[in-house]
Amino acid sequence: MKQPRPMKTFVLQEQGPIELTHATISYFFPKVEASVKTHSSTPMEAPIRATEFLRFTLLSLLFFVCRSSPSHDLLISNAERRIDLTSHIVKVYLTLKVENAGSTPTSEILLAFPPTQVDHLATVEALVTKGKRKKTTLARLDVTPTELPDAPNGTKYFTIYLTNPLNSGESTTLEVLYLFTHSLEPFPAEIGQSESQLVYYRDSALILSPYHIKQQTTFLKTPSTKVESFTRVEPTNRAGTEMKYGPYEDRHPYTFSPILIHFENNSPFPVVEELVREVEISHWGNLQVTEQYTLVHGGARHKGVFSRVDYQSRPNMNGVSSLRYLLARLPPRVHSVYYRDEIGNISSSHLRTDSRKSELEIEPRYPLFGGWKATFVIGYGLPLQDFLFESSDDRRYLNFTFGCPLLDTVVDKLTVKVVLPEGSKDPSAVVPFTVEQHLETKYSYLDVVGRTVVVMEKKNLVPVHNSHFQVYYTFKPIFMLAEPLMLASAFFLFFVACVAYLHIDLSIRK
Amino acid sequence: MATMPILPNMPALDLIKSFKLKTKQQELLIRVSILCLVYILAFITRLFSVLRYESMIHEFDPYFNYRTTLYLTQNGFYDFWNWFDYESWYPLGRIVGGTLYPGLMVTAALIYRILHFLRFAVHIREVCVLTAPFFASNTTLVAYFFGKEIWDTGAGLVAAILIAICPGYISRSVAGSYDNEGVAIFALLFTFYLFVKAVNTGSLAWSLASAFGYFYMVSAWGGYVFIINLIPLYVLVLLITGRYSMRLYVAYNCMYVLGMLLAMQIRFVGFQHVQSGEHMAAMGVFFLLQVFYFLDWVKHMLSDTKLFQAFLRITVTCAVAVGAIALGLGMLSGYISPWTGRFYSLLDPTYAKDHIPIIASVSEHQPTAWSSFMFDFHILLFLFPAGLYFCFKRLSDATIFIVMYGLTSMYFAGVMVRLILVATPAVCLVSAIAVSATVKNLTVLLRSKNKGVQTGSTKGSSSSKASSKALLDQSQPFQKNGAIALLFGAFYLLSKYATHCTWVTSEAYSSPSIVLAARGAHGSRVIFDDYREAYFWLRQNTPPDAKVMSWWDYGYQITAMGNRTVIVDNNTWNNTHIATVGRAMSSYEDEAIEIMRSLDVDYVLVVFGGVTGYSSDDINKFLWMVRIGGGVFPVIKEPDYLVNGEYRVDKGAAPKMLNCLMYKLCYYRFGEMLTEYGKPPGYDRARGVEIGNKDIKLEHLEEAFTTSNWIVRIYKVKPPNNRW
Repeated sequence: MKQPRPMKTFVLQEQGPIELTHATISYFFPKVEASVKTHSSTPMEAPIRATEFLRFTLLSLLFFVCRSSPSHDLLISNAERRIDLTSHIVKVYLTLKVENAGSTPTSEILLAFPPTQVDHLATVEALVTKGKRKKTTLARLDVTPTELPDAPNGTKYFTIYLTNPLNSGESTTLEVLYLFTHSLEPFPAEIGQSESQLVYYRDSALILSPYHIKQQTTFLKTPSTKVESFTRVEPTNRAGTEMKYGPYEDRHPYTFSPILIHFENNSPFPVVEELVREVEISHWGNLQVTEQYTLVHGGARHKGVFSRVDYQSRPNMNGVSSLRYLLARLPPRVHSVYYRDEIGNISSSHLRTDSRKSELEIEPRYPLFGGWKATFVIGYGLPLQDFLFESSDDRRYLNFTFGCPLLDTVVDKLTVKVVLPEGSKDPSAVVPFTVEQHLETKYSYLDVVGRTVVVMEKKNLVPVHNSHFQVYYTFKPIFMLAEPLMLASAFFLFFVACVAYLHIDLSIRK
Repeated sequence: MATMPILPNMPALDLIKSFKLKTKQQELLIRVSILCLVYILAFITRLFSVLRYESMIHEFDPYFNYRTTLYLTQNGFYDFWNWFDYESWYPLGRIVGGTLYPGLMVTAALIYRILHFLRFAVHIREVCVLTAPFFASNTTLVAYFFGKEIWDTGAGLVAAILIAICPGYISRSVAGSYDNEGVAIFALLFTFYLFVKAVNTGSLAWSLASAFGYFYMVSAWGGYVFIINLIPLYVLVLLITGRYSMRLYVAYNCMYVLGMLLAMQIRFVGFQHVQSGEHMAAMGVFFLLQVFYFLDWVKHMLSDTKLFQAFLRITVTCAVAVGAIALGLGMLSGYISPWTGRFYSLLDPTYAKDHIPIIASVSEHQPTAWSSFMFDFHILLFLFPAGLYFCFKRLSDATIFIVMYGLTSMYFAGVMVRLILVATPAVCLVSAIAVSATVKNLTVLLRSKNKGVQTGSTKGSSSSKASSKALLDQSQPFQKNGAIALLFGAFYLLSKYATHCTWVTSEAYSSPSIVLAARGAHGSRVIFDDYREAYFWLRQNTPPDAKVMSWWDYGYQITAMGNRTVIVDNNTWNNTHIATVGRAMSSYEDEAIEIMRSLDVDYVLVVFGGVTGYSSDDINKFLWMVRIGGGVFPVIKEPDYLVNGEYRVDKGAAPKMLNCLMYKLCYYRFGEMLTEYGKPPGYDRARGVEIGNKDIKLEHLEEAFTTSNWIVRIYKVKPPNNRW
């Protein structure tokens, strides 16, 4: 069999002047008559000047005021919201100035989300600014999902617990950060190789809140200046990559004004549908991590032809939203890294290590277009002393990161399995957020009773979840010797058998 | 151990003396350690591919074996045995359990089970990859015992060493080459060894063992036909040469009857074992042996020789007549099937070329060139006749067997390249006899001279001593030097053999052929992993029930790695189906689309080496598609694709060639590519020409995927246009 000839320089032909035929397609929007419904006795005063692009979704039903809110004595004097739409993870920074207009001190502040957004909500964080003017520090606050009995139209709530109760007449400033996944809907849902990816983003121009908001502004940042259309809720301004909704004055609780933005977002949408991380502890000094990925490009689905000529020769115009490579940030001092899938090793990966971090750049076997899938496994070893510690009560604990090491990736379902060494007892896990937990048993090399596996599952993860978790367990070092002793005795028995065979005459006939 | 030294001097000496081994023990120690080393050597010399590439399954057929083994370990033996595979030969399907030799898969699954029972959590792929080297190691042990049986322990050791690194065997047993031959050569040699042992001892136990060895061989490889014809032939030769004995009678009858019954348990063999022409020789010899035994008995009863002569004549005539009539009737009534094409092509090398293009198209079925004999055997090629000479000098039942095995298998090796494999053990054994006997003679010569100076008390056989003494008397000064020179010559040759074998293994036989490697412009290694790129794309991004049409070479790989249904695959059981694919590939697009729609094809996969210069691509295989297609569908005519009997793809190519489906699919949009500096666009590096049709339009197909180096191109069949 002849081997292929050595590759010489690989040149692709440039084809004359390229015609930019990216037609700006104007999509048809069904024009819905604005039907403003008020469910309460208070008349709606919202001066919504719906433009002809305005489209009301089901969410428009949320236009009403809820009177029976438990903390109506709070009000928000100023709210500023910044929505970052540059990647496929939507980041919302919300600055709230909360004022206690009631008479009783309160320490709970509610955040409201429409039910459609809650499903895509990955994380909510709240910070409070402390100190005066120059010496401001940020302190993290507890945030928990809350169910309220009389939530209008299925509104979901999160409660922020202040460290110091807010007395009557006082005010405080909260910084809230929350992230949405799967909130950019590609439209058109299918694109060809040379088209760029356009997406819809749906939200409200007004912040949904159970409190009265005196003044609010919303800023949206799009990845490029190319915005096909957007809903106008006056005053609305657009400059460059930024859009400004507001300021709007004096809105009642639960005011909602749907907006729809159609813009270009050519960043690939790497979505890990399922990730199983297995961390195996060996007290002989190694921590073996195996990560099984099911990766999909969550953007606009690829339609029709995939032409390699075009893809190779005109990379700026072809497959701009395709996923060419991924970057995984691994812990420092990583060793024996592998990257493979069901049918073997994938040779297109690079590892860069320095003293603080290791970066693994991986390319899937083929560029991922919208809707294309790839499954693969990344495995690596780590020195145990960096991650395993002894706690004060004579137990050991593993301190490891929870989330997915791939940068800028959404994980729909993550399973972390911590395989404890054989003979370890009383495992318990400490995770900074709620996860589903159970125990399993795994049999690895030379195991007799099996290893205890702590399994933790969580859905809808974003890189923010890459925080540390701990698994505590007790382990007697004597168990380390079980396997070497087993091997040694097996060899010993084998040699004894050989010696016995040579010295015993088994023949019947003499 | 019992007495620890109390006095410093004496017991220490005693201890040393007691540790000093006797000569026999020394010999045993050396022998065992050599065998252990050979065992390890045979294993590790086959690991080049794992070190160079990775632990992966190689080539084509091993992927099917791997897939079935995976199925066996996941679903159990019962499901495996009754497996109807919908993923191949669409729409016909394939009864896998009834059309394969399960020995290899069952062996690997068993090893896997045992390892898991012992809590070695290995992946089944690793087991499959290392099965062939493991069995190669076992083969060295068998070769040792076989050599010991036919000659002496020295020959056995040399045989073990020779076979451990012989390229002819390594070619089919490197790590990853998970094919039937990997275990079959072990089974073949083991069966032969057990049979020879049975003939030598006349023991029922050994012949029973050989029947089971035969059963294992039947379960592992179609090459068992060689055993079931060679052993009767051997028995026949023994009968003719007057070496008939009770030992032979016991060995053959037990082995044949039990072996036959066992072999019939394999579904793929079944009643063929008593009905097909290939197996008739064994049955004939079986009856002949009975007649012989009967005659022997009659001769023993009758004291009158004249009467016996008459009786002999009548019985022999009757027996031959009855046998011939039975055979004739069986043939005529169709009860005994005639020889298959493959068997014919073994006996007549030109048969396949004229009648069965599908057999002739396979590269490993080509007649062997001299160079490949040299490549695979090296010095064994010269040692083999020498060994034959030694065998003839010391004829025994065992040496007759090895001579016959060597000669017949050498003939077959000359007919087909892949059968070099079958000849390898015989060649190694016979050569080992030559090496061992020569070296032994030379050392005896050297040592007897030294001993002669002292006082001759050698243990060597009296005849050799006498002859060496006779030589000693003639020319003493030259003899020692000559012997030393010859010994050095032998070691030089053997060391050359070792380097050659290692070189061949590392350079020629350790490429997985799924991953291609080449040297880049700066001497760096460039990897072309296009096959797996394409198969993985198929696996992930096409509907699970998609049907892929490709030339049959890639069928097993597509089902195993791509997990998609294929139209034809490497199990070439249905020539018409393959010819249909060949016809589609060699027709115009609008004719081909009809065929493809009738076969429900969703994707078409072609392999194209024009960008990288990979020469074993579909364009170079295309004439076989035309031939095989034309063999069934006369509309396809080979001359239509040739210009003056010449196959070309450039401007001067035949118009049908330039517009057939295969050409279009391979070269679609290739005309825009600049592959090499200083060459026009559309320059095909595999064939070194500029292509003739650069403006290719596809009407019913669209490009679905092309790998990064263009080696695999996949096209999607468009759904029919709406009528309104």
